[in-house]
Amino acid sequence: MHTETTNLNMPQATSRRSGSLWRSFLSMNKLTLFSLLGLGLIVLSALFADVLSMYDPLQLYPRHRLQAPGAEHWFGADALGRDVFTRVLHGGRISLLVGVGVALIAATGGVVVGLCAGISRYTDGIVMRVMDGVMAIPGILLAVALVSLFGASLTSIVIAIAIPEIPRVARLLRSVVLTTREEIYVKAAQGLGLPTYKIMWRHILPSCIAPLVVQTTFVFASAILMESVLGFLGVGFSADVPTWGNVMAEGRAVFQRAPWMILFAGLFLSVTVLTVNILGDSLRDRLDPKLSKNSKVL
Amino acid sequence: MQETHEAILQVRNLHVCIAAEGSKKYAVKDVSFDVRPQEIVCLVGESGSGKSVTASSLMRLLPGEALSIDSGSILLEGEEITRANAERLRALRGNRIAMVFQEPLTALNPVMRVGDQIAEVLRIHKPQMSDVDIAKRVQALMVDVQLPDPVAMAQAFPFQLSGGQRQRIVIAMALALEPALIIADEPTTALDVTTQAQILRLFKELLDRHRSGVLMITHDLGVVADVADQVIVMRNGELVEQGLPGKILRAPEHPYTQMLLAAVPKLLSRSIQENKADPLLDVQGLRLSYPARPGATSKARTVALDSLSLTLGPGEVVGVVGESGSGKSTLARALLRFEEAEGGTVRFEGMSVLEASRAELARYRKRVQMIFQDPYKSLNPRRTVGQSIIEGPVQYGASVKQASEAAGELMRLVGLDPSVLNRYPHEFSGGQRQRICIARALAMEPALIIADEAVSALDVSVQAQVLDLFESLRKKLNFSMLFITHDLRVASNICDSIIVMRKGQIVEQGPGAQLFANPQHAYTKALLDSVPGHALA
Repeated sequence: MHTETTNLNMPQATSRRSGSLWRSFLSMNKLTLFSLLGLGLIVLSALFADVLSMYDPLQLYPRHRLQAPGAEHWFGADALGRDVFTRVLHGGRISLLVGVGVALIAATGGVVVGLCAGISRYTDGIVMRVMDGVMAIPGILLAVALVSLFGASLTSIVIAIAIPEIPRVARLLRSVVLTTREEIYVKAAQGLGLPTYKIMWRHILPSCIAPLVVQTTFVFASAILMESVLGFLGVGFSADVPTWGNVMAEGRAVFQRAPWMILFAGLFLSVTVLTVNILGDSLRDRLDPKLSKNSKVL
Repeated sequence: MQETHEAILQVRNLHVCIAAEGSKKYAVKDVSFDVRPQEIVCLVGESGSGKSVTASSLMRLLPGEALSIDSGSILLEGEEITRANAERLRALRGNRIAMVFQEPLTALNPVMRVGDQIAEVLRIHKPQMSDVDIAKRVQALMVDVQLPDPVAMAQAFPFQLSGGQRQRIVIAMALALEPALIIADEPTTALDVTTQAQILRLFKELLDRHRSGVLMITHDLGVVADVADQVIVMRNGELVEQGLPGKILRAPEHPYTQMLLAAVPKLLSRSIQENKADPLLDVQGLRLSYPARPGATSKARTVALDSLSLTLGPGEVVGVVGESGSGKSTLARALLRFEEAEGGTVRFEGMSVLEASRAELARYRKRVQMIFQDPYKSLNPRRTVGQSIIEGPVQYGASVKQASEAAGELMRLVGLDPSVLNRYPHEFSGGQRQRICIARALAMEPALIIADEAVSALDVSVQAQVLDLFESLRKKLNFSMLFITHDLRVASNICDSIIVMRKGQIVEQGPGAQLFANPQHAYTKALLDSVPGHALA
């Protein structure tokens, strides 16, 4: 009755991975490129802190107390006469480590818990009640308790900050899993006889990545702040260890007279969080086939 | 021309252009037509034909940055709409032009009583009316749209009403201010056939009492045959043909209109092959019910399947026809064990499906494949169509290479180019996607395919192609099919025998020819009478 005319409007197959890595790097969105550059500079400045600054972050110069930014101290000096530039660079080492560590742990934990909750009503009930329990305790209090239990080392601080973040990621993941589970293509995969773990891995987890990436960038930022709060409360790294949080906490008391302490540490923190967020967004776009450059909607 | 001066709406050379760079510059190109009082003008076309864009331009509701009126004129009762300012447009909308939408549930505010929603229209446009007058008018409108017991029903919330009742409320809202023009965008598409017939009859009766003109947008030529006074056929934003329905539907001049008419599924009586072999699928006394909604007054469970029995022979196509809520989709889900039945037996190739072990169930799911209604949602958007097709075979032990080669063959079989296997679903049209879903099902070499409204979401011409594809594939591969549909015409085109379901029970079953020629049950008769477009058959 009808002729097959469908082939006429077919998308043409083109090779997807044409062009070198370098070309795809250059063809990136300008904003993404700037963010990558900005974050790269901050990471490098933390790595090469010893080379970039001739001061020791712990060395006191009592005569230079609260000196304004200038040729001698680029970012000024703090209340004890320590060089703020050096402290911010060195602080980046710990702050970035804390941020990345917490983000990774919280994301992994959140994914595991969220998927478990999404599998069945039964596990959902158990797992989410435990998560509700964790969320009922204020995060900072839980972190303080955990740090005082295990002592203030980098590992214990990262874990202590990550644990209160897990339920937040898990709840988000659970909601995505529950909606994706009802998608018809998941039913179709069930109809093909795929086992649950494969359905989870192939069909449900990929839809979780976009919200997960966005949430993880928030966790990254809040972890750096949380670390400084712990420091401020006296359970984190001791006040002399340079971290962005500690530098800002010390600057808080003398903010009116020497705003540069908070300003520069805050600037580094903001730039890091902003670039991580932008990179998270562009990563999300890359993972969405609808926004891929090779595809054209017919 | 004599009548033009009395037309409510005159559209002349309307151009709507698309802002984005693309293959098409115009969404609507050079469209002219008139709507006169007490007349139903049907705007017919498939998806992408520009019919909804035309309707939106009449209300000046186009998304300004993407689409805009380029040139042409729209005269409503002699007033130029294209140059009206925002304030004037607000006064016109609802007052002189009203709209009836496709989905009456989403068009109504779920947390507001329907009587208040009708009253709101009056309050906004006629602030001088007193509350008593408004209440009287609401009652009169609800009587006008033939709602039973208007006093009680005005107090109801939308979710408490049936689809047909909700659409009557929406129509009452549209009529409230006696508008010159009512734009009805697919007003019956979301409704069951029997309800659709009632709503179409209501439209015709209302026009005897009101002076409004109706511009009805539809894709269903059957609906056109039943109600239209004028027909406009659109394609790719251009007006293809326009005229009286008698002429357009009887002797269409344009090849596109001819193709559309040929694609409308007819109520056919197919010759049936006698099937004496052992049944492939044997369902006896299947029962399934859902628990009452929390907070509902009655604690009784909702019965979805009530002692349902059917058999299906090898190579046989059985149609399951019923309106929404008849339990036909529940049947499909229960057969695949997406939902657990409460009682009865299902035997497939001698195996008891309801008591199957995990391994048996896996084997069963390989032999029985499902095709879903919405081709846009049944493919994972993040996986290429090739990955989707080979997923099943690879799970059952085929190597990726073998499965990919087989997938290429299948693509050819369903009429697609194998080279597009590495493309993502969003790059295909609805019909192409449904072909991919069919290829995915066929990759498992199933003995039985359960198709749940598999062609309902497609345009008629595409629908006809997919039905033809099913037919030719079945001849080639000899699988059985359980074809679930709400459309008797579609069922009659493809099924050897048809089961009519209502409220979880089978009210009638038999070969299509027999069922249509001599329906025994009153419900089957009602369904047959409601099929739109008797004039077309």
